[in-house]
Formats: sequence, structure tokens, C-alpha cells
Amino acid sequence: MEVPGLFNYWMVVVLMMAGLYTVIARGNLVKKIVGLNVFQISVFVLYITMGKITGGTAPILGGGLALYSNPLPHVLILTAIVVGVATTALGLALIVRIREAYGTIEEDEILDMERGET
Amino acid sequence: MTISEHLPALVVVLPLMAAPACVMLRHPFAAWLVASGTSWLCLLMSALLLRQVADHGAFSYQLGNWAAPWGIEYRIDMASAFILVIVSAIAAVVSLYARASVAHEIEQSRQYLFHALFVVCLSGLLGIAITGDAFNLFVFLEISSLSTYAMVALGRDRRALTAAMRYLVLGTVGATFYVIGVGLAYMMTGTLNMADLAARLPAVIHTSTAQAGLAFLVIGIGLKMAAFPLHFWLPDAYAHAPSAASAFLAGTATKVAVYAFLRMVVGVFGATGILAVAAMADMLMVVAVLGMVVGSAVAIWQTDIRRALAYSSVAQIGYVLLGISLLTEAGLAAGIVHLFNHAVMKSALFLALGSVFLRLGSVRIADLAGIGRRMPLSMAAFLVAGLSMIGVPLTVGFVSKWYLVEAILHKGLWPVAVLVLLSSLLAVVYVWRVVEVMWFAKPSALALTAVEAPLSMLVPTWMLAGAAVWFGVDATGTMAVARAAAAVLMTGVGQ
Repeated sequence: MEVPGLFNYWMVVVLMMAGLYTVIARGNLVKKIVGLNVFQISVFVLYITMGKITGGTAPILGGGLALYSNPLPHVLILTAIVVGVATTALGLALIVRIREAYGTIEEDEILDMERGET
Repeated sequence: MTISEHLPALVVVLPLMAAPACVMLRHPFAAWLVASGTSWLCLLMSALLLRQVADHGAFSYQLGNWAAPWGIEYRIDMASAFILVIVSAIAAVVSLYARASVAHEIEQSRQYLFHALFVVCLSGLLGIAITGDAFNLFVFLEISSLSTYAMVALGRDRRALTAAMRYLVLGTVGATFYVIGVGLAYMMTGTLNMADLAARLPAVIHTSTAQAGLAFLVIGIGLKMAAFPLHFWLPDAYAHAPSAASAFLAGTATKVAVYAFLRMVVGVFGATGILAVAAMADMLMVVAVLGMVVGSAVAIWQTDIRRALAYSSVAQIGYVLLGISLLTEAGLAAGIVHLFNHAVMKSALFLALGSVFLRLGSVRIADLAGIGRRMPLSMAAFLVAGLSMIGVPLTVGFVSKWYLVEAILHKGLWPVAVLVLLSSLLAVVYVWRVVEVMWFAKPSALALTAVEAPLSMLVPTWMLAGAAVWFGVDATGTMAVARAAAAVLMTGVGQ
């Protein structure tokens, strides 16, 4: 069966769905951000998995290596991780200010308060 | 000349470097000076790049001298140069306006941050337009988006915070979808360079991996450009952001996302022929028409005028997508010229409203009664841009609608042409409703306290309102560029 070989891809799908579900279904803003993180991490795993070759080593110049993993996805994901960290930091900073302004971080309570304002 | 060779890199790097300068200066006026100066320099550089493309054709810039498929390539052709000019022109004009507006709307200690974010956002948007690398596009997308979230959050109202939060969540989901799409395409082709992708995708497009990649790209970019069912973040963000930010974003952010859509979906995947085979163009057309009609209809019922204009933006993106969905060069050209035309008139409307907000502290329709008599110059600009929104002849709005309807009729889709006209009629309602209150109603107590906006806000507003008429009277220049841009993007698609 192919399933063991595709284990990482199955995990990508599971993580992706779990993350996206958390973003959509949770009203707590911190949980939303955590869901967003899980969702992004699933994509990191997807990229890193596609660069891996069975039996391949790290791509180091010299030393007579014939079989090595593709380093490009790793580099891309380093960039994506930085973006993810920046997004999380900004999201959490916004949550702190929302908490200061509304006194809550539950989305439905905030929506109730906003409805009264217009 | 060595400097002119490096213009493609400078146009992105200069605003990026200006941001830390703004932060270090800390003084609101000094930061504004840096931001505005940078924006005007970017406009100059973009114009030079456009002229270079017009004179000598498309060219590439190898970042760090690494050859194209491995290194990151900046590709400057008619399409990207046109978007560069649109973005930097709107940024330059809005930056003039920003000093007085920001000084009024944002507390003193945070003003320099607005100017810093403004240039970071500009850098990201210009980067999206210029890059020829699919992953690099993602990085610029996130640079512009992250700064946008923060800019929206600087709004005075506490609802700006929740609007920014909602935008952050949906924007990040959209960007991540984009990365998944690029990853799947990379998996099948082993390249991230757009030209290379376009060459290699036709061989693998029958695989479900490549097709799933396309689906992820469409949804991801669709979220960023607020295409109809994915637009929920937009009205709140535009309604609660600082006025200068609303004007800047309304003119640029969604336009650049449309450009990314054109590049990746039409330019890269167009060569595979999948757009025509899988009925994707038809689906796009349905979404576009729905956005056009629903967006305009919802705009009518808004009491906050900025929110009405935001819904109108959703409708306008519908016009552009409709032009794209025809998959003909004429349709694409109409869509691209509307990117420019809509940027000019929508930014003018937001600038005029920003002046009202400066004087009244409100943009609710009831508070604006009779404001036309108190602020005649600002409101005349609103009227001109509003007429353009409807599509009255001698304005840019008419030009885009004319070419769009012509392209639609050329394909024999007259029911769609009727829907375009219907949407224009809805625009008459939502624009005229505001104009009537502004000019003909008895002034409200609040409106009587207002005086004309300061010159530093009037001049930029009229620059854009004037452009809406100028390019409406003589559209040969913009249409020529749009046609050339459409031809570049359609090369892979064929007729």
C-alpha cells in the first residue's frame, strides 16, 4: 500500500482541515489565531515533504553526494515561517487592543456590542 | 547609466528602506515628508519604466544577477508597468492628502507609524506588480497585507480593530491558499518562475495536482481581491480605516490582487487551455455578474457612505472580472483599463469623503445634509467622481463601460450587457442618493459648522477628480496601454 509513503500528505490534509475548521468555527479570537497557525503549518509540511527524496541527504557541495533532497522548498518555507510569525504577532497584538477596547475576545459578544453602535 | 538599469529593484527597495527611516524619525511631519517624497519618486521611476517598455519592449531584471529560472526575475512588460504607474500615482496623490488627514484622525504619537506603514504597503504592492516569480509574489502579497491590517487598525473607532482582525484572518487564509496553489504547481513542474511555469504546465495540466493547484490559486487570490462571495472583509475594513488609508487601499490593493489573478491564472495557466475547457471562464462570469449586481444593490441600503463605496468596489471588481472572463483581448483590455479608471474615481470619492470626515467627524448620510453648500469644492469633486462611477459620458467610468459592453456584445452575450446596464442604474441610485442629500437637502445642524477643506486636501482630491475627466475625454493613451497589456497576458491563451 502507498499509505505509509503518503503518510505526510495525509497529515497535511488532517492538519489543514483541523486548522481551517478552528478558524471558522471558534469564536475565541486567540483560538482563531491558533487555528490559522495550524493551517499554515500544514502548508509548511506540504512543501518540506515534496522536497524529500527517499535515501537523500542534505545538499552539501563536495563530498561526492549523488542523492540529495531538494533544498529549495526548505528555503521557501523559512520565508513562509517568517511571514507566519509576523502574522501571528500582529494578530495577537490586535487581540490585546480588542480586549482593551471591548473587554472581551469572544467574537459573538463583540458583534453584539457593535450592533448597538452603528 | 547604472541607476536606470536598476530601476526595477529601486522602485521596490526605496519605499521599503523609507519605512525604517520614518520609524526612526518619529516626528509626524518628517515621517510624512519621507513617505510622500518616496511615493513621488516611485511614481517617477514607474513612469520611466513604462516609457522604457513602450519604447523598447518588455525586459527582465535579474535580482542579484542570478539567471532567471533559479534566481528571482523581475519582469517588466506593459501589464506590470501599467499597474506600477497606477499604484504609485494613487500613492503619490494620497500621500499629499495624508498629512492633514492623518494629523486629524490619528493621535500624535502614532502618526509616524501610519506613514511608515504606508510606504511598506506601497513597496509590497509595487513588488507584486513587478515580480516574475510566483513565490516572490506571495512574499510581497504578505508585505502589503500585513501593513494594511495595521493601517486599518489605526482607525479612530474601536470597530477598526475588529475590522482589521477579520481582514487579517481572511487575508491570511487567502494568502495561504495561494501558497498551496503555488506549491502544487511547483510539485508538478519544479519551477517557480512564471514564464517557466507557463511553458511547463501544459504538459502536466491533466493531473489532479495541477488542477487542484489552480483551484487553490483562484480562491486564494479571489479572497485578496474581494471577488463577490469572498468580499466580507472589505466593507468593514474600508469603512473604519483612516480616511487616507481607505482612499489608498480602495485605489490600489484590490487592483493589484486582480493583477496577480491576471498574471497567475490567465498568464500562467492560460496556456494550458484549462480556462476554456473546464468551464472556468463561465463560472468566473457568473461570479462577476453576481458581484456586479449584488454589490451595487447592497450599496444602496448603506447609511455609512464609506461602506456604500466599499460595496460599490465589490461591484467594480465584478466589472473587471467580467472583462477577464470573456477571454478575449478586447474584454481583457476593458478590464485592465477599468483597473485604472476605477482606481482614479474611487480614490477621488474616498478623498472627498475624508474631507467631510475631517470637518464633521461623520460620514453618515443623515449628517451630510446640505454639506454641498458648506464645502462646495470638495463636494463638486465628489459629484464629478460619482458621475464617473455611474458611467456618464466624458468621464472614465463611461470609457470602461463602453469598451466592456462592446467586448461583451462582440461575443454575442447581450443578456450580460443588459446586466451591466442594470448595475449602472443601481449605481445611479446609490450615487444620486448621496448627491441629493449633499446638495439639495436643508443643511443639518452639524453641516452648518463645516467649512471648506484645507488646500492640502482639496488639491489631491481635485487631481484625481480632474484625472477622471481628463482620461474620460481622451482615453486613447490609457486604452493603448491597456490593449498592449492585454496582448501580453493573452499570448498564452490564444484566441
